[in-house]
Amino acid sequence: MKERIIGRVKRVNGPVLIIKDITDAMMMEMVRIGEQHLVGEVVKLYDGLATVQVYEDATGICPGDNVYGSGMSLSVELGPGLIGTIYDGIQRPLEKLMEASGAFISRGLSYDAVDHGKKWEFTPVIEAGASVHAGMVIASVEETSRVQHRIIIPPQYQSATLSEIAPSGSYTVEDVIATLVLPDGRQQKLTMLQKWPIRLPRPVSSRLALKQPLVTGLRVIDTLFPLAKGGTVAIPGGFGTGKTMTQHSIAQWCDADIIVYIGCGERGNEMTDVLREFPLLVDPRTGQSLMERTILIANTSNMPVSAREASIYTGITMAEYYRDQGYHVAIMADSTSRWAEALRELSGRMEEMPAEEGFPAYLPTRIAQFYERAGYMRNLSGSDGSVSIIGAVSPPGGDFSEPVTQHTKRFVRCFWGLDRQLASSRHYPAISWLDSYSEYLSDVKQWWNDHSEGAWHENRLRIMDLLQKEVRLQQIVKLVGPDALPDTQNFILEVCSLFKTAFLQQNAFDEVDRYCSVEKQVKMLSVILAYYEKGLEAINKGVPMVKVRRLRAVQEMARMRLTVKGDELETIDKIQLRLERSIDQIGGIYEN
Amino acid sequence: MKTKTESLMAQSDRKLLSGREYRGASRIDGPLVYMRNTHPVGFGELVEVVTPDGARRSGQVLDTSDEVVVVQVFEGTDSLTLPGTGMRFMGEPLTLPVSEQMLGRVMDGLGKSRDGSGAVHGFAERDVNGVPINPTAREYPRDFIQTGISVIDGMTTLIQGQKLPIFSGNGLDHNQLAAQIARQAKVRGSEGDFCIVFAAMGVKHDVARFFTNSFEETGVLDNVALFLSLADDPSIERTITPKTALTLAEYLAFDKGKQVLVIMTDMTNYCESLREIGTMRGEIPSRKGYPGYLYSNLAEIYERSGKISGRAGSITQLPILSMPNDDISHPVPDLTGYITEGQIVFERGMQARGIYPPINCLPSLSRLMKDGIGEGMTRDDHPHLANQLFASYSHVKDVQNLASVIGEEELTTLDQQYLEFGNFFEKRFVNQGFDEDRSIEQTLDLGWEALGKLPSEELQRLSDEEIAEHYGR
Ligand SMILES: Nc1ncnc2c1ncn2[C@@H]1O[C@H](COP(=O)(O)OP(=O)(O)OP(=O)(O)O)[C@@H](O)[C@H]1O
Ligand SMILES: [Mg+2]
Repeated sequence: MKERIIGRVKRVNGPVLIIKDITDAMMMEMVRIGEQHLVGEVVKLYDGLATVQVYEDATGICPGDNVYGSGMSLSVELGPGLIGTIYDGIQRPLEKLMEASGAFISRGLSYDAVDHGKKWEFTPVIEAGASVHAGMVIASVEETSRVQHRIIIPPQYQSATLSEIAPSGSYTVEDVIATLVLPDGRQQKLTMLQKWPIRLPRPVSSRLALKQPLVTGLRVIDTLFPLAKGGTVAIPGGFGTGKTMTQHSIAQWCDADIIVYIGCGERGNEMTDVLREFPLLVDPRTGQSLMERTILIANTSNMPVSAREASIYTGITMAEYYRDQGYHVAIMADSTSRWAEALRELSGRMEEMPAEEGFPAYLPTRIAQFYERAGYMRNLSGSDGSVSIIGAVSPPGGDFSEPVTQHTKRFVRCFWGLDRQLASSRHYPAISWLDSYSEYLSDVKQWWNDHSEGAWHENRLRIMDLLQKEVRLQQIVKLVGPDALPDTQNFILEVCSLFKTAFLQQNAFDEVDRYCSVEKQVKMLSVILAYYEKGLEAINKGVPMVKVRRLRAVQEMARMRLTVKGDELETIDKIQLRLERSIDQIGGIYEN
Repeated sequence: MKTKTESLMAQSDRKLLSGREYRGASRIDGPLVYMRNTHPVGFGELVEVVTPDGARRSGQVLDTSDEVVVVQVFEGTDSLTLPGTGMRFMGEPLTLPVSEQMLGRVMDGLGKSRDGSGAVHGFAERDVNGVPINPTAREYPRDFIQTGISVIDGMTTLIQGQKLPIFSGNGLDHNQLAAQIARQAKVRGSEGDFCIVFAAMGVKHDVARFFTNSFEETGVLDNVALFLSLADDPSIERTITPKTALTLAEYLAFDKGKQVLVIMTDMTNYCESLREIGTMRGEIPSRKGYPGYLYSNLAEIYERSGKISGRAGSITQLPILSMPNDDISHPVPDLTGYITEGQIVFERGMQARGIYPPINCLPSLSRLMKDGIGEGMTRDDHPHLANQLFASYSHVKDVQNLASVIGEEELTTLDQQYLEFGNFFEKRFVNQGFDEDRSIEQTLDLGWEALGKLPSEELQRLSDEEIAEHYGR
C-alpha cells in the first residue's frame, strides 16, 4: 500500500513540529513521522505549513523527514476487550508494548487496542429485517463475568434496516456480524469494532436530571459531600495530601458499573500498584474481582507530554462508549493539573500568547469541554447511563488560588478540598469539612432519605452545625484555654473530636474500615448524634463531662469503624443502647 | 514531493554526512551555540564541539530546523569564537559507555575521568536520557531498608526501589544524614549486591570531599561511582549529571542485578541551570522563572528508579535539595514532592535545639511504607504504632501552641503529659548519634517507651492486644 505523504518536517522543537510542503493534511489528522513512524496529530494548518504534536519522544526526527497521513482523526478503538486492559495515553496496550520491546518502551510501535484475533461469544438480540437506529443494541457479548458488552449501531448510522445479523456463535471483532441497508440503499457491513475520534463527545438523546448518588463507601464523601451519578467533582490538594488514595478508594468501592482510571502524568509505581491490587480485590456488591470492571490508562510523568494531553480524551471516550450501552461509568483523572501543564508546554512550544501563569488563554474552555462530557444521559438507544468525572487537581504550593483550581471550580459542582494540616496529622482522608461542598445535596436528598428512614438530611445538618460551632469554640480555646468554657460547650468540642476520629477518618489500608456501606454510615452518624443529645442532657443535670467521656461505650464508639464488620451492623445498635443506658445511669445519680 | 525511497536515501545520506565537521557558528549565547547551513540534523543528536584550539566538548541538539540548529554545550562555551567553533553532528543520541569498572572511579558530569587514573572504560552504550519503564513491567517495591535511624525506619520507612528526597536548607545536616544512610542501609536477611552512585551538581569541593572521605572510611569507595560537577564547573554540565549517573545506575541495577543507591545533591542547583537555559532561549516561564516543563523534566529523572519484575536489581533514589528560604512551597521542593514517593523534611528549629537528624516527621512521608512494614517485614505492631506516634505527636504541636499562650502551668494534666511525651519523642526517639545504628526493634521499643508517657485511653490507634503486649513495659 502506498503511503500518503502530507508534508515534510521543517523544524523540531521537542514534541512540537513544523511541517512544510503541506498537501492535503486535515486538521486533527493522525499522522506518522519519519521512517520510525512516530505517532503525531495535526493541530494547526497555515500558509502551506502545519503544526504537529508528536506523541512519542522526538529524538532523532530530522528536518526533511516525511510525514505520512492516516486519513482520520486521532481515534480510539471501541469493542469487547477493553475491560481489564492497561493503555498508554493514545490507547496502545502496554502489555503488548512490553511483549514487543521489553521493560522499557520503544518508539514507533503500534498495536490494536483490543485483540483482533480473540473470539467472543456473540448473541444477537434482534432479528434480521428489523429497522434499527443509531445506538440501538443488536447483540450482546460476555466481556467479563460482570460486564455484558452490548453491541450497538454506531452513532453515524441514524437509521437503517438490518438486512443480516450473524447467528449466535464465536466471532472476532473483525468478523462481520451484521449488515445494514442505509436509507440511500448502500450496504454497510458491521463488525463488533467501532472507531471514534477522541476529541468529539459521543452523541446522546438527552440529558437527564441527576437523582442518584454515586455511593463511594467513603463516609466523609457520602454522608457530608455526596457526588451524584453523572456529576463532576474536583479533588484539589498539595502533594501527599491524598488525592490518589481517595481516587483509588473510589475506583475500588464505588457503585459504578465501569471504572476508567487515568493516571495522567503521575507515578509509574502507582499504576503498578493498581495493576497488582485490583485483580485481588473483590467488589462487595458482586463478589467479583474489581479488574473485571476497570479500564486503566497510564501515561506516567516520564512518558511523552503530548500523549498525556490526549490521555484524558482517550479515557472519556471509552467511558462514553460504555455509557451508551446503558452503564454507569465513573472516570478518575489523576491529575488534571498535569494535563493542563501539558497544554501549557505544547502551547509554549507553539509560541502562542500565554494568559495566566503561562497557561494558554483557552485553558478554561478546554476544562469546561472535558467536564461537560459528564452527565446522566438518555442514550440514543433509549436506555439510561451516566458518566461521572472525579478529577484530581495538583495546585502548585498547595495554593487553591492558582488558575487550574480556580477554573476547574467554575465547571464542577462538587469540591473535596484536601487540607495539608489534616494530612500532616494523619487525619485521612484529609478532606476538609470546612472548604468542601457539594451542590448535589438536594438532588440526592430523596435517595438518601429513602435509605436512612428519612434521617440523613436532618442528621447531616445537625452534625455540620456542630462542626461550625466547633470552629468558633476552638478560637476561644486557643486564646484562653479549655477551662474557660462551660462543660456544655466543651462537650461540643468533645463530640466533634470524636466525630473526626470515629467517623470522618477512614483508613484505606484497614480491611474493615476501607469500605463503609450506606447502612453503616447511617447508623454510625446516628449513634454519635445520640451521644451528643444524651450527653448534653446529663451534663445539664450536673454530670461532669469527664464522667461522660470515660464511659466504656464511648471507647467502643471511637473504634466501631474498625471493629464492626459490614454484616454485623446490629453491634452499633447495641453500642447505642449501652451508651444511652449508661448515660441515663450516671444522670440518675446526679438528678437527686 | 519526495517519495519514500528518496526519504530513505536522505536517511542514508545523513549517515554519511554525520561526523562531518562544520566551521563557524552564527551565534553564541550562554551555553547555546547556533549553527547555520548544516545538513539536516536530528533532534537530540549528540554533537562534538571543536574549540578554536582543537579541544573537544560534548553537546546536544535542542532545536533543529531547515535554517538553524541550536546546540547546548555541556562543558560551557568559554573561549569559543564565532568563526573558530567547529561542530560534528554524530547522527545518534547522547550515549554513555557504561561498565562495572566505573565503580570506584571519580568522573565529571559526562562520565569522563576526573581522578587522574586514566580513561574510564565502558562497554555498553546507553542513551543518557533514558527510556520510560513500562508500568506493567515494574515490580511494586516492598522490601524494607533498615537505615538504623529511628525516625526514618519507624515513621517514614525507606523501601528498596523508592525515590525519597531530603528537603533541607542551607547549613543543615543533610550531608551527614545521606552519608549515614549510605553507611548503614541494609535489607535484613539478604546479602544483596550493594553499590552507590553519587551525583553532585553545583556543590562545593568540601561537600564532595566530605562524601569521598566518608565512603573511604567505611571502605566502600570501591563500590561507589562518583559523578562530580562542582560549583566552579560550567553550570550547564549540571543539567546532564543526574542523567549520566542514572544511566550507569540503570545498567548496574537492571543488567547487573545490583541494589543501587543513588544520592543526588543538590537538585535545586540542577533546576537553576535548567532555568538559565530556558531564559536564554526566551521561553515563557511559569512560577519563579522556572520553565513550564520543569515537572516533566524532573519526572524523567526521578522515575528512573524502582524495580523491574523478573530482574534482581533495584534503584533507590535519595535526592537532596535545599529549599530556598526554607520554603517548602518553592517550585523545586513542590514539584519534587509531586513526583517522588514521599519526602523527608528537615526543620531548622530542631537542629537549633540540638536534635540530629533534624527531621520533622509530620510533613515527612513515605508512601511506600504501607507495604513494607508490619508482620513478617518489620514487626506486627509497627503500622499502628507509627500511626499512633503521628497522631500523638501532632497533638503535641497543638498543646505547645496553647502553652505558649496560657503558660505551661495552666495546662491540664493530660496536656502536660503530652508535652512530656513530645519531649521524649524528640530527644530520645528522633535524636541519635551520627554513628548510632539502631535496629528496627530498638526503634519500635523506643516508640512504645515514648507512648508510655501517655495514659492508655489516649492510644486509640492501637488495638487492645497491642497495648496489652507492649504498653508500659
Ligand atoms: N485514606 C487514607 N488512609 C490511609 N492513608 C492515607 C489515606 N489517604 C492518604 N494516605 C497516606 O497519604 C499518602 C499520600 O497520599 P496520595 O498518594 O494519595 O497523595 P496525593 O495527593 O496523590 O499526592 P501527589 O499529588 O504527590 O500524587 C499515602 O501514601 C498514604 O500513606
Ligand atoms: Mg497522587
